[in-house]
Amino acid sequence: MRLVLLLALLAPGSVAAQADEAAPATPSQERQQALVRMVRQDCGSCHGMKLTGGLGPPLTRQALAERSLETLVATTLHGRPGTPMPSWKTMLSAADALWIAQRLQSGFPDEASR
Amino acid sequence: MRGYHRSWHERLLALLCVAALCVGAGCASALGGVDASPSGSGDLGVVVGRATGTLTVVNTSSKEALGAIGELGDLSHASVVYARDGAHAYVFGRDGALTKVNLLTRRIEARVEQAGNSIGGAISQDGTLVAAQNYQPGGIKVFDARTLSLVADIPANFDAPGEPGKRSRVVGLAELPGRRFIYSLFDADQIWIADLGQPGPPRLTKFEKIGHQPYDALVTPDGRYYIAGLFGEDGLAMIDLWQAQPKVHRILGGYGRGQEALPVFKMPHLRGWAIAGRNAWLPAIGRHEVLVVDTETWAEVARVPVAGQPVFVMAQPDGRQVWVNFAIPDYHRVQVIDTMTRQVVRTLEPGAAVLHMEFTPKGEAVWISSRDANRVSVIDTATFATLATLPVEAPSGIFFSSRAARLGL
Repeated sequence: MRLVLLLALLAPGSVAAQADEAAPATPSQERQQALVRMVRQDCGSCHGMKLTGGLGPPLTRQALAERSLETLVATTLHGRPGTPMPSWKTMLSAADALWIAQRLQSGFPDEASR
Repeated sequence: MRGYHRSWHERLLALLCVAALCVGAGCASALGGVDASPSGSGDLGVVVGRATGTLTVVNTSSKEALGAIGELGDLSHASVVYARDGAHAYVFGRDGALTKVNLLTRRIEARVEQAGNSIGGAISQDGTLVAAQNYQPGGIKVFDARTLSLVADIPANFDAPGEPGKRSRVVGLAELPGRRFIYSLFDADQIWIADLGQPGPPRLTKFEKIGHQPYDALVTPDGRYYIAGLFGEDGLAMIDLWQAQPKVHRILGGYGRGQEALPVFKMPHLRGWAIAGRNAWLPAIGRHEVLVVDTETWAEVARVPVAGQPVFVMAQPDGRQVWVNFAIPDYHRVQVIDTMTRQVVRTLEPGAAVLHMEFTPKGEAVWISSRDANRVSVIDTATFATLATLPVEAPSGIFFSSRAARLGL
């Protein structure tokens, strides 16, 4: 399992290229670690640390199966008006949002143990 | 004929007997629990370690960790209420588990997987009932506080457009005098009171159209007012529960004054600590302000600019200062407001990602959890000096046993 996650982390660009040719550069390894922590811990305050949902809907692989990558990126960057989901564009770049969306769709990685 | 004074070997025998009794009693006590000597519960507390599913049991007098209670499941957004003895606590996990733990023995005494997704709970005034508020399936469940056997299951059904009988997520659960619980329905814009004071099914009182998207609520320390914060509009819903026919009133309506709201990266929490003197200190939504409202007239008194979106706005037990923490990206700070001058008098940076604060029973110190610094800081509320730090992995909520004696929790 850990090996699979590691491989996914090492090869993050392929889906991005298919989804959006103009996609900006992939986040650095260090940034990716920060993003994993942010999604688990900070998005987790509404979506649950295990992303099983809370005030916000679940963000598990199964729950997002029907959602397009574009929808996930747009929701992350611009929020969902009328709901508590805010726009995260002051804290996340388009590349960050795309990387997060890809990881969510393939089953989000756990935080690396210290 | 024996003399009045016992011989030396009789005295030795008596001493040996006493010594044997002491050892025996000590053994029995040690076998009964972790603590060999009897101890009280008034200076106990727990710190939630949400990443590890563990409670760290702490002593607020010695400022140290005593031990841990593990295997409690998904503790993201976990909250804790106390039995009246201050030694037993009920832990509400995100995964819907309700666990009864003993802080003295540091053992789990009962556990029930009661929902798919839970957000917190409350304990009745008489300590006999524990209620859990659930997102999935939306509603509350009430349990026997001793055994955790189910007493009542109350789904939060409402008629949404095109979805009759839809279940709402429940927030803002609080206990009211007389085996009653009050709570808000986030999706239904309603407030319900469940009365379990009589035998038979709970009696429900429902308030509708209370305002858009209540996100959390509190009961004032006297049990008189229930105040629900609204996410979907500027203002809060207030009910005076002492009236013969309680009604919902809007307070602080339109506090945003039409200005564009700032993004809210974490929902504020209201629960129970807003009142200092006659004023309530409340987080604004989408504004970097603390709102001050007079609880006799319910008119706005002041608004205090602060360093970010407030999450917890907590009055010290004496009401002299109000402590505020913030949502990401400003959550490395804690600000202290003087309630006399209504000015920020101190900005602290106790460690990255401050998630919670808890005052000692009389408020000489506040314990602050810094998630990303992996520590809990104990801060002197008069001098702001750091009195101690405790290493805890990714700490979140801090809950002291003095909560056992508070109304509304």
